Amino acid sequence: MRDIIMPIIILIILLISAAMLTWVERRVLGLWQDRYGPNRVGPFGLLQVAADMIKIFSKEDWIPPFADKVVFVIAPMIVMVMMLLGFAVIPFSPSIQIADFDNGLLFLLAISSLSVYSVMLAGFSSNSKYALFGALRAAAQMISYEVFMGISLMGIVIMTGSFSLRDIVAAQSDIWFCIPQVIALFIFIIAGIAESHRAPFDLPEAEHEIAAGFHTEYSSMKFGMFFIGEYLGVLLISAMIATLFFGGWQGPFLPPIVWFLLKTGFFVLFFILLRAATPRPRYDQLMAFGWKYMLPLSLINLLITGAITLATQGA
Amino acid sequence: MMTIMAIPTTQILFYIAASVALLSALLTVTRYNAVHALLYLVITMLAISLIFFLLGASFAAALQIIVYAGAIIVLFIFVTMMLHQGDVTIKQESQLFRPGRSIGAGILSLILFFETMFLLSPLYDLSQAGVSTAVSQVSVISTKTIGVNVIGAKEIGLTLFGPYLLLVEIAALLLLTALIGAFHLGRRHQEVTI
Repeated sequence: MRDIIMPIIILIILLISAAMLTWVERRVLGLWQDRYGPNRVGPFGLLQVAADMIKIFSKEDWIPPFADKVVFVIAPMIVMVMMLLGFAVIPFSPSIQIADFDNGLLFLLAISSLSVYSVMLAGFSSNSKYALFGALRAAAQMISYEVFMGISLMGIVIMTGSFSLRDIVAAQSDIWFCIPQVIALFIFIIAGIAESHRAPFDLPEAEHEIAAGFHTEYSSMKFGMFFIGEYLGVLLISAMIATLFFGGWQGPFLPPIVWFLLKTGFFVLFFILLRAATPRPRYDQLMAFGWKYMLPLSLINLLITGAITLATQGA
Repeated sequence: MMTIMAIPTTQILFYIAASVALLSALLTVTRYNAVHALLYLVITMLAISLIFFLLGASFAAALQIIVYAGAIIVLFIFVTMMLHQGDVTIKQESQLFRPGRSIGAGILSLILFFETMFLLSPLYDLSQAGVSTAVSQVSVISTKTIGVNVIGAKEIGLTLFGPYLLLVEIAALLLLTALIGAFHLGRRHQEVTI
């Protein structure tokens, strides 16, 4: 019974927190930029989420006549499904984990590589120029950055000796991987921002160049799914950073789940701060930076980690 | 009792995944719209990955998704999307692809299909197989030991860097060649860049 109820509760909490993040982001961005942000609806503007929901549900759900209809409808579903699937292997606390899969890390990488499809198919099926450009950018960006996203995590796998996220958390009982794997952490955060195409790497939806990018033609709840999917992506990447580099649920005094939520929340706020603080690079700068600096750096990190592990633990 | 119950479940899952793979592969070949065809190919890849998983090769299953579904077919769709002509190509494709044209290929594949079925069936004695050890091994896996022995990442690593080291090196060389070739083709000429 617990096996059925726990995933449902986790799903509901995830969806609610992703929806709440739309408010948190605007509110926190406002405070950091010396203005108020949404503060009219309810206490501290908390009911802004409800107002947004009413707005988005009551809008006309328009499918353009020139669109590829079936693919157009499927595309926003893919991002939601993939992001929610990703949470299946995340260990929230010693007792809260939906599936302890022995290749959990690979599962997460597979999820992040499959989520490219939602953006690409949205751009393709919209059959319009801005959407196509957004999709082309997103596909190239996500494929490039997922390469060294994967490679940067292999240092952790070497140090743990396992792909299981549970083992990875357990291996950090002495020292969090953010210290020995600091280069990997740096690479992973950058790749994670690019994977979830958040600012400053939100070139697939850069409004000053290509309107809203891949979701230009989307309206109503289909747009809402992309929107919530993006926040779920931020949550997933933050949860991954907390799990892989900052000891997951480990920490003194407080119960494990609180530690996990605190760490994840910290990185979610970090993502929002990045959006407030950094300008967007040019698209070719983004790609060149990825392939010319990030890839060699992640390979060197892997090499050094492997060498040190071999030297200390023996062949 | 548990083991008796467990084996049919994996077999049922295997047959579901296999029929999804077959159906989507068939749809891949028959779609007029290139992107739709590629999407069915993605489903085929996912189904095959599930079969790998059921056979105990969860590492290979994950790589199947990461490499094939997540990278290679994405690039296929990427190129198709850029060259997409809309309804014109779909019409052209539908004229090229008439059912009558595939009869020859269909008959030839049917021969191979029945041959495979014969090899997999109990009619064919595995012990007398001197020629096709690979096929008989496949049949042993799919009928008897499904989901029993799990192959971890360590075993794969040891195999790749042990007996198959030469093949890994050759594949690496091949990829390097492709990389250099792509770099050469994509290089700007000296006169153009100022």
